[in-house]
Amino acid sequence: MRFAMAIDTKKCVGCSDCVVACQTENNVPIGYCRDWVVEVNDGTYPQLVMEIRSERCNHCSNSPCVRCCPTGASHYDYGGIVLVTPHKCIGCGACIASCPYDARYPHPKGYVDKCTFCVHRVKEGLPPACVAVCPTKCLYFGDTDDPRSEISLVLKKRKYKRLIPEAGTNPNLYFLI
Amino acid sequence: MNRRNFIRISTLSAGGAMLGSFGFGGGKEPSLLDRLTGKSHPDESGYMRTPTYCEICFWKCAGWVYKNDQGDIWKIIGNENDPHCNGRLCPRGTGGVGMYYDQDRLKTPMIRTGPKGKQSFRRASWDEALDYTAKKLDYIGKKYGPETVALITHGSGGKLLTTLMKAYGSDSIAGPSYAQCKGPREVAFGLTFGTGLESPEPTDIRDTRCLVLIGSHLGENMHNTQVQEMADAIDRGATIITVDPRFSTVASKSKFWLPIKPSTDIALLLAWTNVIINNGWYDKEYVEKYTTGFDKLKDYVQPFSPEWAYGITTLDPNLIRQTAKEMANASPAVIIHPGRHVTWYGDDTQRSRAIAILNALLGSWGRRGGFYLPELKEIPEYPHPPFPPVKKTWRDILGDQYPFAELPLANAIVDGSIPGNLKDFQYRGWIVNGSNLNMTMPDMHKTLEAIQQLELLVVIDTMPMEITGWADVILPECTYLERYDVIRNDHNREPVIALRMPAAEPKYDTKPDWWITRELANKMGLGKYFEWKTFEEFLDYKLKRMGSSLDEMKKIGVKKYPRESGDLYFSNDNPPTFDTPSGKIELYSAQLEQAGFDPMPKYTPHEEPPEGFYRLIYGRTQTHTFSRTSNNPNLASVMPDNKVWVNPKVAANWQLKEGQEVWLKNQDGSTTNFPAKVRITERIRWDSVYIVHGFGHTSRLLTRAYGKGVSDSVLITKVLTDPVMGGTGMRGNFVTFLTENPDKEAKV
Repeated sequence: MRFAMAIDTKKCVGCSDCVVACQTENNVPIGYCRDWVVEVNDGTYPQLVMEIRSERCNHCSNSPCVRCCPTGASHYDYGGIVLVTPHKCIGCGACIASCPYDARYPHPKGYVDKCTFCVHRVKEGLPPACVAVCPTKCLYFGDTDDPRSEISLVLKKRKYKRLIPEAGTNPNLYFLI
Repeated sequence: MNRRNFIRISTLSAGGAMLGSFGFGGGKEPSLLDRLTGKSHPDESGYMRTPTYCEICFWKCAGWVYKNDQGDIWKIIGNENDPHCNGRLCPRGTGGVGMYYDQDRLKTPMIRTGPKGKQSFRRASWDEALDYTAKKLDYIGKKYGPETVALITHGSGGKLLTTLMKAYGSDSIAGPSYAQCKGPREVAFGLTFGTGLESPEPTDIRDTRCLVLIGSHLGENMHNTQVQEMADAIDRGATIITVDPRFSTVASKSKFWLPIKPSTDIALLLAWTNVIINNGWYDKEYVEKYTTGFDKLKDYVQPFSPEWAYGITTLDPNLIRQTAKEMANASPAVIIHPGRHVTWYGDDTQRSRAIAILNALLGSWGRRGGFYLPELKEIPEYPHPPFPPVKKTWRDILGDQYPFAELPLANAIVDGSIPGNLKDFQYRGWIVNGSNLNMTMPDMHKTLEAIQQLELLVVIDTMPMEITGWADVILPECTYLERYDVIRNDHNREPVIALRMPAAEPKYDTKPDWWITRELANKMGLGKYFEWKTFEEFLDYKLKRMGSSLDEMKKIGVKKYPRESGDLYFSNDNPPTFDTPSGKIELYSAQLEQAGFDPMPKYTPHEEPPEGFYRLIYGRTQTHTFSRTSNNPNLASVMPDNKVWVNPKVAANWQLKEGQEVWLKNQDGSTTNFPAKVRITERIRWDSVYIVHGFGHTSRLLTRAYGKGVSDSVLITKVLTDPVMGGTGMRGNFVTFLTENPDKEAKV
């Protein structure tokens, strides 16, 4: 089992609903976020292109954060989801420095926090909060080891890219382009 | 490319930047751990949840309010059975919890003690505040007549206040949602098809093959159903054509983007009409059967070729032809979207008429993929005595100005409150509910002038908005999460109703609108109009007569009813009827002609920015609703301020740098109270600048929003009023940059 997410950049309008839904679902303190939206523009008026992406932890299969964690707080969990165990975390910040995606933040309560793919919901068979709320349905979540899952089918059908593949982290976020 | 140079729309710091403030406390917070790892997390339905419908914007999506283990409001999730949201709220609806938790909320009734606008208030009990209000209303009613009191409202609370106003003897009940927003298109579609569009608009985006957006930035305005259906349309490969001087979000998703010169839309619409008629691309059978005035229209549009339009709009004539063909290919499954905020240049009814005419030519009205035929459920009235006659109606007060206005105009109420503007009449009191007029109305100076003249200003709101600083009495409403409200009832594909019930007790000394209205009515001797035992009984009375009950609605939140008016589109079973004088779709409007207006839309050149000035274009963003959400902790954390968008060429001329703070000054010398940060972007034309509406709050009581960004309302001092229906055109203002602080003290 390998959980992954696909983000359809053709449909995403960058509304940040994923950010707010994550904030409320996971009680992310105001002023921090586990997911965010990136807008990339290219060209000169009026020949322009824009890509909008909802981003978060890539839950890499070869995660530098897990490798560099001195206490084992950062670890692979259910379906390959990368998690932090708060009471094991000493807040050294090594994982924050190692993450090529800038996906982690220091929680004011003293540990490092980041996207969990809403593992508490996934275990109950529910999609992550961001996926459930997205008004454009541009987020797909599922098991890429299952060839019949929605995400496997969409990845078969559509062109996609992954971010900073040269870092060798084998990320599990796919951006449909 | 360096990813740190990307624009993070969500401006929060998610990473290393915060490392400096990182504590080494050691993570002994098991409750959060439990929540994150979710071991004790039961299924969602295991949580207690209460139904609501959202009050953050007018779309009013139905949802469920969930509580956490401590019994506090936790999150709001869309109701899957509601066609307004299909289980998916927009960011503002999701962030609605912030409205409840905002510590800056109005907390107690207050009565003004010092001069207006000076924020000198004393706390009052509800009894005292309502007594004060009732006595003042009684005094004004006896001295000047009840018709000199106006209600200006936006939101659900306005319904019961409307009953109170009618019982009192006034029908000057206005929402800025009409003459400052969608009024012109309602009038234009009414003149053409015999019926306006209402809300939600019956655009059948779900089944469309071609969606044409004219200055409408769907996806940045989160009109939820439409955004959802548009995303589906993208999936289906439908064509989107966007006309906008700004490379809007939806422009980036469109097959065709027409980067039009601002204020020239009518020229484009006439050129499209010309191409579609002259090439025979219109729906001949539909036009023949259902419309009148085609020959006159055909003759009229002959001069308006794409080449003619090119000189005006700066759009390539071939692009105009190509997009016309694209629309014709999709016909009748094509939507020339009527837009929502359409008060731009003062000829807005005519522009909306041009849009309506194009839809008629392509046969999209009443057709699948065009405009569906919506249906509304009738809600029975709770019995009350008949209303007294209104001595002077809003229409009488308006006289022969704006003959096609169908609803009272908020701007006419402002005008009519300033002595000397109207013969024999002056408004003496306002009740303002959920509408921050200082920022909603154009020409803030005039609004303040009018407020100074009032003998009574009652403000009912949840937040200490600018308008509350000018009130004589402030009545703090609780948020929508803490109250019952009237049943939501809107036009839709199927009739559908929704219930809002309290998820928590009102915080502080705040009260629901129904309570405020009834208590005030009792003190005014108008209690007989509100003779229900409890508000639950009021709702149950209505619901029982609609085949439901309050108990049922508490469990389901949303109820759909089968259609009774026939098919969703025109058909043999459902032949079209048009409520116009001719009984047909009026391409040529004899009504307009008789009233002395152009019977067919005319392009009029508008003033252009003087040297060194740029047209001020404003718009919406996904995370905020006007100025009402700027202080919401959840939403402000995602977008705390607005930036001024400047084309790189313009920035180079002015030597502006990304993120630099500038003040904006308009053609009349009106300057923003605060600076805005510059965003240098190719997404805006060189003759315009763009800001998101709703920022630049001057109320210091809004601790998060005060001084963040700039307000367009300060810069819109020139208003281009639509002579047809009185809409206030606001896109005729030009601004320049001040790189030094003009040293203007923030005035509230």
